[in-house]
Amino acid sequence: MIKLVVDNLNVEVPEGSTVLQACEEAGIEIPRFCYHEKLSVAGNCRMCLVELENSPKPIASCAMPASSGMVIKTNSSMVKDARKGVMEFLLINHPLDCPICDQGGECDLQDQAMFFGKGSSRYNDAKRAVSDKNMGPLIKTTMTRCIHCTRCVRFANEVAGVENFGAVGRGENVEITTYLEKAVVSELSGNLVDLCPVGALTSKPYSFLARPWELTKTETIDVMDAVGCNIRVDSRDGKVLRVLPRINEDINEEWISDKSRYAIDGLSKQRLDVPYVKVKNKLLPSSWNDAFKNINAKLSNISSNQVAAIIGDQADTESIFALKKLFEKIDSKKIAINQHNYNFLKGNRSNYIFNSHINGIEKCDSILFVGINPRLTAPIINARIRKNYLNRDIQIASISSEKFDLTYDYNFLGNNIDVLNDIHDQKNEFGKSFNKSNFPMIIIGDEALKDSQSRNIQSICIEILTKANAFRKDWNGFNIMHNSSSIVGSYDLLNNYSSISHFEINNQCKTGEIKFLFLLGVDENLYKDYKDTFIVYQGHHGDAGAQRANVILPGSAYTEKSASFINLEGRLQTTERAVFPPGDAKEDWAIIRAMSEFLGKKIKYDSLNELRDQMNKEVFEKIMFREGSFNKKPLKGKFEKLNSSHLIGSGRNQYMTCPISRSSNTMAECLKNQER
Amino acid sequence: MLKEKDKIFTNIYGFKENNISGAIKRGDWNNTKKIISLGHETIIEKIKSSGLRGRGGAGFSTGLKWSFMPKIVTDRPHYLVVNADESEPGTCKDRDIIRNEPHKLLEGCLIAGFAMQAHSCYIYIRGEFANEAKILQRAIDEAYDKNLLGNNAAKTGWKFNIYLHRGAGAYICGEETALLESLEGKKGQPRLKPPFPAGVGLYGCPTTVNNVESIAVVPTILRRGENWFNSLGKQNNTGTKLFCISGHVNNPCNVEEVMGISLRELIDKHAGGVKGGWNNLKAVIPGGSSTPLLPKAICDNIEMDFDSLKAVGTGLGTAGVIVMDQTTDIVESITRLSHFYKHESCGQCTPCREGTGWMWRMMKKISSGQAKIKDIDHLLELTKQVEGHTICALGDAAAWPIQGLFKHFRKDIEIKLSKNKIAAE
Repeated sequence: MIKLVVDNLNVEVPEGSTVLQACEEAGIEIPRFCYHEKLSVAGNCRMCLVELENSPKPIASCAMPASSGMVIKTNSSMVKDARKGVMEFLLINHPLDCPICDQGGECDLQDQAMFFGKGSSRYNDAKRAVSDKNMGPLIKTTMTRCIHCTRCVRFANEVAGVENFGAVGRGENVEITTYLEKAVVSELSGNLVDLCPVGALTSKPYSFLARPWELTKTETIDVMDAVGCNIRVDSRDGKVLRVLPRINEDINEEWISDKSRYAIDGLSKQRLDVPYVKVKNKLLPSSWNDAFKNINAKLSNISSNQVAAIIGDQADTESIFALKKLFEKIDSKKIAINQHNYNFLKGNRSNYIFNSHINGIEKCDSILFVGINPRLTAPIINARIRKNYLNRDIQIASISSEKFDLTYDYNFLGNNIDVLNDIHDQKNEFGKSFNKSNFPMIIIGDEALKDSQSRNIQSICIEILTKANAFRKDWNGFNIMHNSSSIVGSYDLLNNYSSISHFEINNQCKTGEIKFLFLLGVDENLYKDYKDTFIVYQGHHGDAGAQRANVILPGSAYTEKSASFINLEGRLQTTERAVFPPGDAKEDWAIIRAMSEFLGKKIKYDSLNELRDQMNKEVFEKIMFREGSFNKKPLKGKFEKLNSSHLIGSGRNQYMTCPISRSSNTMAECLKNQER
Repeated sequence: MLKEKDKIFTNIYGFKENNISGAIKRGDWNNTKKIISLGHETIIEKIKSSGLRGRGGAGFSTGLKWSFMPKIVTDRPHYLVVNADESEPGTCKDRDIIRNEPHKLLEGCLIAGFAMQAHSCYIYIRGEFANEAKILQRAIDEAYDKNLLGNNAAKTGWKFNIYLHRGAGAYICGEETALLESLEGKKGQPRLKPPFPAGVGLYGCPTTVNNVESIAVVPTILRRGENWFNSLGKQNNTGTKLFCISGHVNNPCNVEEVMGISLRELIDKHAGGVKGGWNNLKAVIPGGSSTPLLPKAICDNIEMDFDSLKAVGTGLGTAGVIVMDQTTDIVESITRLSHFYKHESCGQCTPCREGTGWMWRMMKKISSGQAKIKDIDHLLELTKQVEGHTICALGDAAAWPIQGLFKHFRKDIEIKLSKNKIAAE
């Protein structure tokens, strides 16, 4: 620990801290523009100057390492003058267009000019004008406002790993640019908007929509992928206007992906706001009563083993649990855990979660990807891996359908899954060094999970990790990277109950064995040729699933309900309601509860809290909170050599993976831009 | 006045050959092995006690700088980097060293590199020095041919390689950390200090950056003994120095002289005196464009060394003496310098990026007579807002000439401005 004095206060900070951190420790706020905790130190804005005793010049506190015995002053006249001076310089070429600037109200420059600047301007010459740059469909630029803090450049180069972003020219003529007037091709580009301390980079879809003080801010979580990023939803008049990240060091640090941030315009398009019933092959608006009556009429005519359900990608745990309770009453075990044809080993919880944890990536020294494009599936985790790649000596290899651009160098081992045999037998270089690493990780993704040898792949991976001693008290190297927010919760709740896979349900619908199919927000991977199956779709968007339905029950999207989701690490998090669902749409668990009463199979809960209590008691307490259950070794199945077979890509595009993002204009623009 | 026998650069005017045989005739590369055999520590000690101060402008003890390098080489190699990015207006000494005495520099590189246990040396030469780069490269090739460089440099058993790197014509790349950035292939922008290059320099390895002249005088100092060097000049300002005299003198020249020579003697003896006589002198910029100017009254009896010039509020800098006679529009001259700094600011940090432009615009107004008298105070306040608040010294360098101007010529300028005002009314 280093002891120093800040404004007559004694402060202790850990070794390697900066003076700025020491000042914050003392509870003193130091103004800054270029400094950002998650980026490298640039020290170029000079706003954070403080006085160091016995130093003739003020020092940049963000860049100066704290050392023992320093005496820092942050409110001396030297410091005040320095701040005033820097502030004046920043403002001389900054336009006075705050009234028409989207950053207004949450602008660092505005705030700090109020606190630390001079009252008036002394600059009488012409201001600098800079031409705006095209940065794609998400970022709107007004480059005249730029104060050259280079946060965006550092983010693009360090975190996002896109190199076509930098500053050209020198002196007064420095300009931030993508060099060739190309859009920023990054799945994290939206964060540039957050980082910009002024209004130079603002959000294009959000432009001129609202002022920050008009917005209702709701802290919630994101469900666009399985990471469970912490977000803040800003809404006004019942409409979600924007999404911002919240800091959670264990999950998303300070970033969110573009899909999480910009797909929200899809929330107000293609919505299901009343129940629909199909009459003469035509879906007609109806009432909840009629909808339930229709379902009841169908269900009372068939036997229990003709009833099935599939859990969709964005289903919350409460509705899955309620559905499970209903199916227990109906006495059917035909619930498919996910809408993808993923096969997992029957085992314990470690078999289907990301056991190393997201922040565990910062410890690991060897990563093997099996059938995954992490940049597409979980951009935030990919950024974490890149961070680790930049900071430490780490070897990364991948077996996947093609060599993806992951923003870091890695060893591409081909697309034939039988390479795993060689790694297992340590016949290749990577196998040898993987075996010697201290914190090895294998990350398995959708290409491998839907492969016909899926279970065998998982077994051999567990075997490789066992050899490398990756199952210890302090480490578990077996990881599944899911692509949907519902899937871990669905496994937790249904793993011991479900008797059928999505694939089998599809087949039985085809043969007519299943007469009644309940879709909890399922829009993908449904066979076209069902034989006479009555389909009930519960969800929030009129997407592929709803079009097939005989009855549609309008549910709520993640911003419209308080619901629990379990992220890929097995972390339970809860969303909060930011706005109300449109029209007659209801919360999902409540729909199932109401339906159960109508069907004469009433499930016991009258409130969300009762349901949650029961769910915790029955399931989560057993698998989550019991001691040691976190670091269990996954069970491996029968282990045999893999046959030669090539992995096949998922065919998904990163911008359209769910009904919300498919309805979003912004995502469509992004896709168009990417194709260009 | 410096005696002929005490001159280090005996071919600074290029009257003799600059190739290796000429250099050897003048004593370069003469038994370098003996110097090297002194050992790392002794060489550094000798340079320290010779009192050699860095010739690039800051005047920091060269030996002391070398001693900051780690004593033990770890897995990170040590580097010597020679700063030949001489771009300071009024300075042209390194150019002549490279033109006419390249082997003095190369031998100095070997000795200095050996002293700090570096096996590689990079010479970063100014982009505009096209001919000089050719000459220096030829000299390096000659040295390799004679095995004075390479795996067993000058039969000392020390492996030493020199690489020449040409800049692209940015003044800021003469700042040592910007030079390192540029050498690494990045945009030439100064780095934050600490860490200093001796700890984290080129490619993150311990590095010392020295001026051409500092390195080129090292072999001679070690050959003739540190006491010889120490005995020349004044205390704390020892040895000889190349002065570059330009401007309104009859015979502009580069000349090697002892430190502490009086300015008047320097100009009169070597540059043929001020045009129109000493009394026609208006002001002198004593150490390259960034040092504040001196009016004639001070020039009358000022001595040219680091400490004497510091005492009168300016500096020796690179010893680029710019002489201005009474015909000079002094405000216009300083305005031109302000434009230079505005043009060369790298744009990284706020005060310099925004301040240099603003200062230049104010200067332009003052020199064209459009300014008000109170603008002078405003301008001086601006220079204070830039000075000391920037990452590197370019901000200071832009502020000082203006401060110097108003310190000594404020009265004249005020009179001029008020006359304009009256005329306008």
